[in-house]
Amino acid sequence: MRALTWHGSHDVRVDTVPDPEIMNPRDAIIEVTSTAICGSDLHLYDGVIPGMMSGDILGHEFMGRVVETGPKSTLQKGQRVVVPFTISCGSCFFCKKHLYSACDNSNPVENQDITEGLYGHAVSALFGYSHLTGGYPGGQAEYVRVPFSDIGPIVVPDGMDDDQVLFLSDILPTGWMAAVNADIEEGDTVAVWGCGPVGLFAVQSALLMGAARVIAIDHYPNRLALARKLGADVIDYKQTHVLEALMEMSGGLGPDAVIDAVGMESHGFAPDTVLDNIKQTVGFGADSGHALREALMAVRKGGRVSIPGVYGGFLDKFPTGALMEKGLQVKTGQTHVQHYISELLKRIEDGEIDTTFLISHRLPLEEAPKGYYNFKNNQDDWTKVVLKTGKS
Amino acid sequence: MRRDEWRRREHWRRHGHDRGGNTEWIALGAAALIGAAGAAYYLQQQPQRHQAHRPPDSAPGRTARQRTFGRYAVVSRTVTIDRPRTQLYGFWRDFQNLPQFMENVKAVTPLDGEVTRWTIEGPMGRDVQVETRIVEDRPNELIAWRSVEGSDIDTEGRVRFRDAPGGRGTEVEAVVAYDAPGGEIGRWIATIFQKEPAIQGRRELKRLKMLMETGEIATSRNHHSARRGGQ
Repeated sequence: MRALTWHGSHDVRVDTVPDPEIMNPRDAIIEVTSTAICGSDLHLYDGVIPGMMSGDILGHEFMGRVVETGPKSTLQKGQRVVVPFTISCGSCFFCKKHLYSACDNSNPVENQDITEGLYGHAVSALFGYSHLTGGYPGGQAEYVRVPFSDIGPIVVPDGMDDDQVLFLSDILPTGWMAAVNADIEEGDTVAVWGCGPVGLFAVQSALLMGAARVIAIDHYPNRLALARKLGADVIDYKQTHVLEALMEMSGGLGPDAVIDAVGMESHGFAPDTVLDNIKQTVGFGADSGHALREALMAVRKGGRVSIPGVYGGFLDKFPTGALMEKGLQVKTGQTHVQHYISELLKRIEDGEIDTTFLISHRLPLEEAPKGYYNFKNNQDDWTKVVLKTGKS
Repeated sequence: MRRDEWRRREHWRRHGHDRGGNTEWIALGAAALIGAAGAAYYLQQQPQRHQAHRPPDSAPGRTARQRTFGRYAVVSRTVTIDRPRTQLYGFWRDFQNLPQFMENVKAVTPLDGEVTRWTIEGPMGRDVQVETRIVEDRPNELIAWRSVEGSDIDTEGRVRFRDAPGGRGTEVEAVVAYDAPGGEIGRWIATIFQKEPAIQGRRELKRLKMLMETGEIATSRNHHSARRGGQ
């Protein structure tokens, strides 16, 4: 089959690799119809996530048709499914609590050693996202082996286009959970750092949950325009002092909740970013955290901090004083996709949520490297790239 | 209580054995099964109490900052498995099941009189055989073993099954002590053991957990022909 493989920083290629096989009883094989490049794939593309090996197949947003099932799979051949990017067993302590992205049993034991040391506990598995999270071949390919296929994939009606439902695999639930984690109350002002796909879906979700005002922060005019179209007010951090503006725009109170949808490769002009970037460049295991630091400074006393942005290492100059003295609450984590996916599919079916506005480019899988390059380097125009395998 | 009695009890508390329950456990390091005469020596060792002025805390002795076990190395791990004690004990007690989650155990052969022979894959493609005897068996609670005299590896261990709080299933605690004797075999076994038993042990318990909770052992391999592991 053809698949997008990683060979190093800024080096991804479409190669011919062996088709996957059923390995475990609960597996299924999916023939991919659509798959997307995620903002978090850019962290892999930039080489800032450790545990990558040359030849790894990337991609964790994908959907397609079931072509093969293991004896314990509950799927049937021919069904059309969207597959969560989090791999979850459904039966461990965490899955039973619907903390699916904390699943104990999906990350192969050989791959658990590193994060057990790095984080104190081993993380669960994700598709196509380094050997820290399992080393599972990803979905930017013609075929994918899906473990625990009785728990993850959701069957979608044939009447709905791929583009309507593809983002149920990650970014829509991720944006939604970002808003859930912000514990939004009626009348809240919510500030969102980053107008990438997750930030935009967080804007949309926060408004649906009753926020009176959502303020989106970015520097790409087109992305800010998309946020504005969804109903947000916007701040361009290249022309405006973010902290001052947020205070003034929230009556001197500060936002009730803040959402960091930027993560470990935060940009910006501040001195902290320069230092962070140097450490990141020399492989210090450091995260760049300007957005998160700024969010902690901006949020009102007793406010809520939601972090959907991906961090993998360590962050210094972290304003623990603001965190404690202002009495903040922090919620974060990889998305518990399986918990939200059915509800969100219904909201799409009901016309309450539309995700297709996000897609700026549709490319054949063969042109995936071009998609990566532009999603990285032309972020203003390339808001979301969907790859098509040519299958249906 | 006589002073030496107290010290012995304290030793066992700190070192994760109760006085009657020395045995041997296996999995931690597949290879680490085993047990033998030397184990008795280990059992009688007095602990080095570098911080004897501090009142004992509640933690198992094997987690102490300063710990010595004579010439024995001790590895241990506890994992919570969301299955009843009876099921987990029963699965473990049938030693033929163990190679399902113990990667280095190639074969388990019952011999006469409660003795089991373990064929363990060693480095450089060499197998080592260890014979163990069950020294304590409390249904649904504990299995303990020790290597028989003359075994290549002198080891003992136990696995204990306890109800986890809050209906979370069973806490499975495995402890293995081992001492590799001299000689060529001893050296290479020691090489593995110094590095590997702790890693092997935790991996094996995690595989057991996967098998019991999900019915399968997670792998990110996509092909049956590929090497075992997460690559």
